[in-house]
Amino acid sequence: MIDTAKNTKWIKACSTSDVPESSGACVLLEGEQIAIFNFTTTGKWYATQNLCPHKMQMALSRGMIGDLNSEPKVACPFHKKNFSLNTGECLSGDDYQIKTYEVKVENDLVYVLV
Amino acid sequence: METLKKKIVVIGNGMVGYKFCEKLLSKKGSENFDIYVFGEENRPAYDRVHLSEYFSDGNADKLTMAPFEWYLQNNIHIHLGDPVVHVNRQEKTITSLKGITQSYDKLVFATGSAAFVPPIKGVEKEGIFVYRTIEDLDMMMDYSKKCKKGVVIGGGLLGLEAAKALLDMNIEPHVVEFAPRLMPRQLDEDGGAVLKAKMEALNVGIHLNKSTAYFDGEEAVTSLVFNDDTVLLTDMVVISAGIKPRDELAAKIGLEIGPRGGIKVNNQLATSDKDIFAIGECALHEGMIYGLVAPGYEMADIVASNLLNAEKEFTAFDMSTKLKLIGVDVASFGDCFGTTPDSKTIVLQDKNKGIYKRINITADGKHLLGGILVGDAESYNMLLQTSKNNIVLPPNPEDLILGARGGSEAGGSGVMSLPDEALICSCENVTKGQLCEAIVTNDFTEVGQVMKCTKAGTGCGGCKPMLVDLLKETMKSQGKLVKTELCEHYHYSRQELLDLIKFHKIKTFDALLSQFGHGSGCEVCKPAVASMLASTWNEMVLKPAHAGLQDTNDRFLANIQRGGTYSVVPRIPGGEITADKLIVIGEVAKKYNLYCKITGGQRIDLFGAQVHELPEIWEILINAGFESGHAYAKSLRTVKSCVGSTWCRFGVQDSVAFAIQVEERYRGLRSPHKLKSAVSGCTRECAEAQSKDFGIIATEKGWNLYLCGNGGVKPQHAVLFASDIDTETCLKYIDRFLMFYIRTADPLSRTATWLNKMEGGIEYLKDVIINDCLGIGEELEREMAFMIETYKCEWKEVVENPELRKRFTHFVNTPAPDPVLEFKEERGQKFPNGWGTKI
Repeated sequence: MIDTAKNTKWIKACSTSDVPESSGACVLLEGEQIAIFNFTTTGKWYATQNLCPHKMQMALSRGMIGDLNSEPKVACPFHKKNFSLNTGECLSGDDYQIKTYEVKVENDLVYVLV
Repeated sequence: METLKKKIVVIGNGMVGYKFCEKLLSKKGSENFDIYVFGEENRPAYDRVHLSEYFSDGNADKLTMAPFEWYLQNNIHIHLGDPVVHVNRQEKTITSLKGITQSYDKLVFATGSAAFVPPIKGVEKEGIFVYRTIEDLDMMMDYSKKCKKGVVIGGGLLGLEAAKALLDMNIEPHVVEFAPRLMPRQLDEDGGAVLKAKMEALNVGIHLNKSTAYFDGEEAVTSLVFNDDTVLLTDMVVISAGIKPRDELAAKIGLEIGPRGGIKVNNQLATSDKDIFAIGECALHEGMIYGLVAPGYEMADIVASNLLNAEKEFTAFDMSTKLKLIGVDVASFGDCFGTTPDSKTIVLQDKNKGIYKRINITADGKHLLGGILVGDAESYNMLLQTSKNNIVLPPNPEDLILGARGGSEAGGSGVMSLPDEALICSCENVTKGQLCEAIVTNDFTEVGQVMKCTKAGTGCGGCKPMLVDLLKETMKSQGKLVKTELCEHYHYSRQELLDLIKFHKIKTFDALLSQFGHGSGCEVCKPAVASMLASTWNEMVLKPAHAGLQDTNDRFLANIQRGGTYSVVPRIPGGEITADKLIVIGEVAKKYNLYCKITGGQRIDLFGAQVHELPEIWEILINAGFESGHAYAKSLRTVKSCVGSTWCRFGVQDSVAFAIQVEERYRGLRSPHKLKSAVSGCTRECAEAQSKDFGIIATEKGWNLYLCGNGGVKPQHAVLFASDIDTETCLKYIDRFLMFYIRTADPLSRTATWLNKMEGGIEYLKDVIINDCLGIGEELEREMAFMIETYKCEWKEVVENPELRKRFTHFVNTPAPDPVLEFKEERGQKFPNGWGTKI
């Protein structure tokens, strides 16, 4: 499947059971480290870059997820910088921006639009 | 032309001498004075009122009124350890022991008092002490090591304080009083009897109507022989039979002295020489020596003010007092004996609970004159204010001591009902109005801020509960609420949530969130709830339902380090390790190229392991008999120990064996914050137990237990909690202490912070743990027993469980390790290449 307009395509990342419940995991897709997040209670999935721009650490997939005023977010495990999983915006008052990716789940498989 | 500053010389650097300097400096115009202080003791003024605290924590600095630097910063010329020995009134100069001659414009005697030592035969024998200075205390402590039993002569306020000091030194105390009751100046016969019964219940021997004929013994005192020929055996004696004003210098230079001592002063506190003043316990005002700190402070303020042309006068001072004697509240205020003509008395006596309350009211029943409280003095401040401010009493004045019994609410009670001019802190002269204004204008939310700003509560501390009430009520009246909610997802405090978890037997975060919270949670509530669940049900923290809640380090049971690698810390209980185990650690480090470092907690930290290597490393360690060290968790870290009596020539107990026992008992216990402990084998304290959350120091007789210390950002010494307890009692107290901390502390608050915030402080904690005042002691022990029984090594479970092991990979779609990790080498070991810079 290729979205020709944006030159992106859906790539199979992993199976749903590879991502622990209410938590994240990291996949390597086309040489990029991507963090995938599984909100078990709402059934929603998100994906972002794995790199935390604060101290350049490959760590976001190991962060705790949750929400801030209903905005889904991840907190970096190193210094707890919060990032929106919808927009990639840093919610801790810093000027960081992370990449977000679209995610879909089909037949217990997780796909990311890269 | 430069105007010459006036020279003020202060003789004596005790509490009142210090207060005089402070009062003078705080006043406008004080820059026109040069202040010279000569003190006999080597240390700057300290708080004698709370001298017995020195026994419980051995910290003399805590008692200091202001550090030496304070005097220097305020340009006070201070000479300690150098008493004034002569005054030349004609030339207006003084001469000190070390030979300094200093001229003065005004001279202030603040020489205080010495303990009165009655001329009893044998008083010069060894083992007889007075209770007055820190040096006295040091000498007593030194001597007390060979003592089991001690006698205090004098059943007044100071005598009972001294008895407390003996108790703290683990010496069986006996109090000998000449009068037929304890505290004859403050209590009536019935009040004294209640106090006596309370003291006896606390194992303080009370001997009334006794006058000592002589002290018996060869060189050291061994007994007291009374005039009625009875004998009381003892190992040491503390004399606390009253005070004797230090008036010898004043007498020598011809100032007028009272017939029974004391420097005579007028209402301006001037002596018979108009340029010389006397304040505090050395001053005799209208035939009265004031042995309390509050009138001394008042005198200091009056002289300081008058030096700057105020016209203040000292008039008879209220001797109302409230104190805690060995845990028993005693208070006496106003006309406590009801000597006002036609006054009426209401008495409440509860022999069952050991409570005695007496109030004296005017003949018309409208006003309170004074009273006595023993066993329960909670209403002291209210009663004192009611009498001082002449507040009209409710129709049933007995409600004041009985409490309202049904019906309509009792009128006129509560701190807010007081007029603004009501004096709340009589040591520092702070009124309710001043306090409320300070709270409102500065937006204060903590009582410490109020105390710092207004100085209220910094003297005897008796008004502190009132300050707390006043702060709370004032905040409430401004519509402010103290925030206790955990985070935006839970409108409950940690303690409330823990109660909910226990009561509803909730075992997962999702269940708790759906029933009592909202949203998806966050990095604040998730680990907090994870910790609560773990310290209630003790389930494996990486179970699927719990894994996502775990904070950074708990998630991979290792400590994340720069670059994203982890460090590994196997448990080495008490810091004791065999050569074989050391070799295994060395082999693992070599195989996985790990950086090695000895930690502060007497174990070995191995850095630089990649996430997929962790289960392999632990498999080797566990097969060699190691288990998780929980260095990654908010739980017990290490129990440090010194080598103890098995090897050390000084050790008195086997500190290593006990440290291992303690570490194995509490290993893995999840708590609001990390817990550290240590066991020292003797008083030299090589294991630094007094800097730990719970520290144990061996004594000849058993263990001393210290609680709530920590290092870190704000170091704080642990407080002595119990002395000479046996191993079983020690463990019982720690069990209760830890579970009580887990139950009630805020998330991420160490035990020291928790204690600092606790109302009632260490005394309350003792009440809960030792006296079981909440009746939860056994429950806490049961909860701890459950935690100990269900302990499992988390790493052993991971190593043996393929599903859990699977989680330890960097990528879930390829076994490749993290390709961006970079290392460098220094001093022959591996290090991460700093924080990442570019990717």
